Amino acid sequence: MFNRDRWKEILEVLTSNWFRTVLTAFGVFWGILILIILLAAGKGLENGIKADFGDIATNTMFMWTRSTTKSYQGLPKGRSFEFKIEDVQTLKENIPHLRFISPRNRLSGFRGGSNVIRGLKTGAYNVYGDYPEIINQDPMTVTSGRFLNQNDIREKRKIAIIGNGVKNDLYEKDEEVLGTYIKIQGVNFMVVGTYKKNSNDGDGEEAQKEIFVPFTTFSQAFNRGNDVGWMAITAHDGHSISDLKESIINKVKAKRKVHPEDDRAIGYFDLYEQYNRVESLFGAMGFIAYFVGILVLLSGIIGVSNIMLIVVKERTKEIGIRRALGEDPWSIKKQILMESIFLTLISGMAGISFGALFIYAVNALLDANGPVDMFLNPSVSLGVVVGALVILIISGLLAGFIPAQSAIKVRPIDALRTE
Amino acid sequence: MIEIKDLHKSYKMGSNSLHVLKGINFSVKEGELVAIMGSSGSGKSTLLNILGMLDEANSGEYTLDGVPIKDLNETKAAKYRNKFLGFVFQSFNLINYKNAMENVALPLYYQKMGRKERQEKALKYLGQVGLTEWATHLPNELSGGQKQRVAIARAMAAEPKVLLADEPTGALDSTTSFEVMDLIQKINDQGNTILVVTHEDDIAHMCKRIVHLKDGVIVKDEKVKQVRASEYV
Repeated sequence: MFNRDRWKEILEVLTSNWFRTVLTAFGVFWGILILIILLAAGKGLENGIKADFGDIATNTMFMWTRSTTKSYQGLPKGRSFEFKIEDVQTLKENIPHLRFISPRNRLSGFRGGSNVIRGLKTGAYNVYGDYPEIINQDPMTVTSGRFLNQNDIREKRKIAIIGNGVKNDLYEKDEEVLGTYIKIQGVNFMVVGTYKKNSNDGDGEEAQKEIFVPFTTFSQAFNRGNDVGWMAITAHDGHSISDLKESIINKVKAKRKVHPEDDRAIGYFDLYEQYNRVESLFGAMGFIAYFVGILVLLSGIIGVSNIMLIVVKERTKEIGIRRALGEDPWSIKKQILMESIFLTLISGMAGISFGALFIYAVNALLDANGPVDMFLNPSVSLGVVVGALVILIISGLLAGFIPAQSAIKVRPIDALRTE
Repeated sequence: MIEIKDLHKSYKMGSNSLHVLKGINFSVKEGELVAIMGSSGSGKSTLLNILGMLDEANSGEYTLDGVPIKDLNETKAAKYRNKFLGFVFQSFNLINYKNAMENVALPLYYQKMGRKERQEKALKYLGQVGLTEWATHLPNELSGGQKQRVAIARAMAAEPKVLLADEPTGALDSTTSFEVMDLIQKINDQGNTILVVTHEDDIAHMCKRIVHLKDGVIVKDEKVKQVRASEYV
């Protein structure tokens, strides 16, 4: 391998026709460059879309009530019903592997009239009645003060955690927020915290304009009794919520006296299924990137193979001489293979380096011009680079194989006779 | 040194086959300088190729330095060629992108000799053919005679049992030819066995024995009085 004479010869052969070598190398360079860029672009798109999911726990489903479509146990169809707070306990006791069950209620401010007042300022915001666990399912960063806790729930404290968007609307800059009061539909709440959500998507701004109050306070202040608007249910890691979904729904159907076959009575949204769908989409995209990239690379490899065949043809006589002088056919084969691998590897590494530079430039541009929708931080992992190098070595071997075979196929006596 | 018994060789040319060697029997002792003569098509080159293990006979026995040469695969043939034989060709067959010294060192490289030792030995043999100063020159910077001398140095570098020369003077003018023959005679004087294929009478008479080949058989095998090439130089 580290034979000085062999390497000297490899360089002599490859540099004897610079233009041809560079043209051949370009095929491989281009192939690997395309592969790297495709993979990086796919990764960028994936990062972008996944950022849109934010930090939301993806193993989560949302469940709400609609009206029944079948009569059951003497109850008519078309009946409206609500989940009750005790349903949460029932689910906790009967369905294993559930991590969080958060009952939620909401006052809608989105596209509605103003529902929050502070002094002379008003605004329309979504107000949620929540349990403290919600911060694990819909993660947010508390930027000042605190989030809800169990004591708030138990004592039905009239407190609120407001989004930074709300703060910007209702407060002057540099005004102290904590300890002040806001009036939500005529009820005063003391602000004890502010939050910020890390979301990249279009309604990112809307997500910063929410108000969280304790669930129990909400029920009492806005006359909800024991009703639950909807539930956010997260399963433990390793247990798919999609698999648990059916038993959860069946359980609440029984509890709420809904016909077991009434599929429309309870609405749900399975985030995990959506997330998996996106995941498999990226799986497919990765496959396409590899497929296209490797095909382009293949045409480069064929170019190398072609040139190596020509080189062998040109050197037929020389190979004949060397064999007459007693060179082992294997040694000749090795020489051709090493030339091919060397050429492939050098041009491939140039392609990888150039690709990395390109990705670096794109990232710098993205950083400079602010975030782009659905595209974030394109990159290739070290594993991909190592994989690409392995592909290069293997393809170099393949490219050199036929030429090497043809080099030793000619009998030395025939090789010597060629002019 | 060389023992040949009833050697036959024929080539297939399309549908009909060409019988080139029709039962050759001859032997060469150590230290002989033999010329193989014959007109073109007489089979002399074929004989030399078989002796050089570049080609295989259809039937017959060939023993070189006590080793029977048969059933060779390419790897084994390459090893034997490297160990037993030195080749000198009509068209020199130097490797263009290697300088004179590297060309001479080539057979030693195939013996896996160390780099330094190889170069020393190559320089020694280049010195023997009087080309020490040309060691770093590429073949295309050398004259025809110089090229053939490099080729002879290369053939001798591996210290072979037998030196096989196929028309070594065929591409040279007469003065240069005699220089090359002078060199071959001197190598023979040192006790090396040499076979020269030629169709030139004066070159043949510079050897010690002439084997005449005609239509694939030996028609005459005579010892001659050697003419020293140095007389002409």
